Amino acid sequence: MNSIARRLSGLVPPIVFGALFLGAWEGFVVWRHVKPFVLVKPSQVWSAGLDNLDRITDAMQVSGGNALIGLVAGTILGSLVALMAAGVRWIGELVNPLAVAVNAIPIVVLIALFTRLYEADSETPRRIMTTLAAFFVVFVNVSRGLRQSSPTQLELMRSFAATPVQQFLKVRVPNAMAFLFTGIRVAAPLTVITAVVAEYFGGTRNGLGASISGFLSISKKDVGLAYVAGASVLGLLFFGIAAILEYVAVPWQRRPDSR
Amino acid sequence: MTFAVEVLAVHKVFNSGRSNQVDALTDIDLQVAPGEFVSLIGPSGCGKSTLLRLIADLLEPTAGSLLVNGKAPRQARLDQDYGMAFQQAGLFEWRSVAKNIELPLELKGWDKDKRRGRAMEMLELVKLPNRADAMPWQLSGGQQQRIAIARALAAHPPLLLMDEPFGALDEMTREHMQAELLRICAATQTTVVFVTHSIPEAVYLSDRVVVMSPGPGRITEIVQVGLGRARDEGTREAVGFYEKITEVREALRGGNLGGLTNREVAGIEDR
Repeated sequence: MNSIARRLSGLVPPIVFGALFLGAWEGFVVWRHVKPFVLVKPSQVWSAGLDNLDRITDAMQVSGGNALIGLVAGTILGSLVALMAAGVRWIGELVNPLAVAVNAIPIVVLIALFTRLYEADSETPRRIMTTLAAFFVVFVNVSRGLRQSSPTQLELMRSFAATPVQQFLKVRVPNAMAFLFTGIRVAAPLTVITAVVAEYFGGTRNGLGASISGFLSISKKDVGLAYVAGASVLGLLFFGIAAILEYVAVPWQRRPDSR
Repeated sequence: MTFAVEVLAVHKVFNSGRSNQVDALTDIDLQVAPGEFVSLIGPSGCGKSTLLRLIADLLEPTAGSLLVNGKAPRQARLDQDYGMAFQQAGLFEWRSVAKNIELPLELKGWDKDKRRGRAMEMLELVKLPNRADAMPWQLSGGQQQRIAIARALAAHPPLLLMDEPFGALDEMTREHMQAELLRICAATQTTVVFVTHSIPEAVYLSDRVVVMSPGPGRITEIVQVGLGRARDEGTREAVGFYEKITEVREALRGGNLGGLTNREVAGIEDR
């Protein structure tokens, strides 16, 4: 329990900083009489959020759903391709440079391509985007995990007369598990951002991103920012769940200060 | 008599023919009798770990030949005629303690019950009978090293190859582990080839100490310890023990004439 107390105490500085920041923002707007169409007060955002809570949570479900589908699909695809690339030489030689090249494209711009391939009310292009975002992170991490086994463990396997297949299945793959969960932790909030930003490029207007761009462009900045806060909460939620998954699944990777 | 290990005129060159060529080992001849405990000692770069890896068939000699249990090292490796332990315990983090010990047996195709039975036997041997289901990261460094030894001996190999297995342990744990290793080897009749940096460790454990020196890596002297097999904490305070430590230290200095600097000598622990 002591460790939980220590973890929670680590949350105090960011919370204090966040509160001070919001207080300063609020004070600045009041003091300088900033017009609402330039900058709204955090308290206005808060009340706009409460007024629109149902709609915001609905939008969170839409965007969150797209993010989750992409995270799951991207994780499965990324792991499978990484396994094939590490296990079969020619697949690796084909996939690795390709992955680097495609990864250099800012993937969000691909949405412009995909939206034209599907009907206007389809969520599929957004799900393709989130899948791609998760795919690369997971692929890169799992590939690294499959390559970076401890030299001692590999020498031991050789001394046990293990076959290459046994070495792959009993050392490289389990070793990559730790990297897989790290990849999921990094990919989780990224899929949320991707899902939200993808909505900027057209399609149905039911998600967080569509509402953010809509309300910020008309002068309802308080509502728009409330949706932004919803997106932040969603991203944190994804990150938190992924971090807990990692903590439970690969206990030997826990940082010493968290034991 | 078949030697446990026989090394005949072995040379090992790394990066042969290139500008960074290293003569890791030259003219190595060594015989280890069954049941013997032999330490390899010398400063960094003397090739002691390389020699151990040649015996283990983790490396191949550039010239010369080796026999392990009367077989080519490769065959000995495939037959799991030896077990190995390193400075890092090298436990597989995702496997429980028992499953770590079972791994070499699993690779040999033993069935599950037989494996588990042997793992429990080995845990008794290393005096950690209650930790079968623990995970490696829940163990102390000394306990991890015990599990590594249990794993190395799980298939009852006649030979144990160890590369500074206690190098990362604190002094108290280290002395305790040395005594434990002697007990385990006596109980299992295992031959040991043991690489170390520590003169007292080599003398305390060994029947013979092979003193090596670098540039190129070679054997400069073999010291017969002759303190008998029964060793205990009293051994560490016996006059004969100090005499042998002095003899090994002087042998190491003798090898220094081959161009070794004081700094390289400092790599040897006098503790």
